[in-house]
Amino acid sequence: MTAVDALLLALGAVAVGSAVLVVATRHLVRAGLYLVVCLGALAGMYLVLSAELVAWVQVLIYVGAVVVLLLFAVMLTRAPIGASDDLDRPGWPAALIGGGVGLGLAALLVDAYRWTKVELPDAGTAERIGEQVFGSWVLPFEVLSVLLLSALVGAIVLSRPDIGSSAPKTRDGAGQERGATR
Amino acid sequence: MRPVIPYVTAALLFGLGVYGVLRRRNAVLVLMAVELMLNSVNLILVTADTTAKALLPHGGQIFALFVIVLAAAEIGVGLAIVLQLYRMRASVAVDEVPLAERPEGGR
Repeated sequence: MTAVDALLLALGAVAVGSAVLVVATRHLVRAGLYLVVCLGALAGMYLVLSAELVAWVQVLIYVGAVVVLLLFAVMLTRAPIGASDDLDRPGWPAALIGGGVGLGLAALLVDAYRWTKVELPDAGTAERIGEQVFGSWVLPFEVLSVLLLSALVGAIVLSRPDIGSSAPKTRDGAGQERGATR
Repeated sequence: MRPVIPYVTAALLFGLGVYGVLRRRNAVLVLMAVELMLNSVNLILVTADTTAKALLPHGGQIFALFVIVLAAAEIGVGLAIVLQLYRMRASVAVDEVPLAERPEGGR
């Protein structure tokens, strides 16, 4: 067991432990903060696995953007500050399926890799990744930019009730409903 | 480096994500569990990239980058849908969403 293995084990334990808290906690906001810990530990694993660019992109996009969006959504849906008891369904099937999937995949991978050892490659720089992205993978890269644009437009159209074919009707309906529920 | 450590971590994270998606009622928490699953896949891709020799070098890391971008797009649209659901029904519980068409005159 080398230092790399010990580091990977520690970071993996942190990631799995905080993931358990994400799916088990009763506090909505804390679930988002535990998600930050989990994603940060994963970014550390990427660093150890010599994938520096992916690690920093993970920190930038996941921790910086996705979690902030999730916390905004938690607050915009008026989540209670304290613990709430109605977050979970009664879930033996969920535990059965989730545990089955997780432990089954783990058993499969343990059986495939046993305790074999692999030499880590040299720490790569962003330059080599960039050469590959703009060389062999340039078409998917461009398609991805189109996808991001369409997702952006889709999110805007979804969240603005005054765009779309049945605009005045839905707007009035939503207003009445909101008035009725409050 | 023993590749079994990150692989088993990724498998456990995926199982936890599946559990969270099936267990949680709040739509935002369901999206968080989906993020866990996407991240476990990313971990598998990055580990495979460092442990296996491929024809195109660093394919796994580039796929991981693409998955991160897809997750960002997914979370944007998903949260727009969740907020619209909250605006319509004042609740984000996924098991209260009617799948059949709504009768005349609202809820």
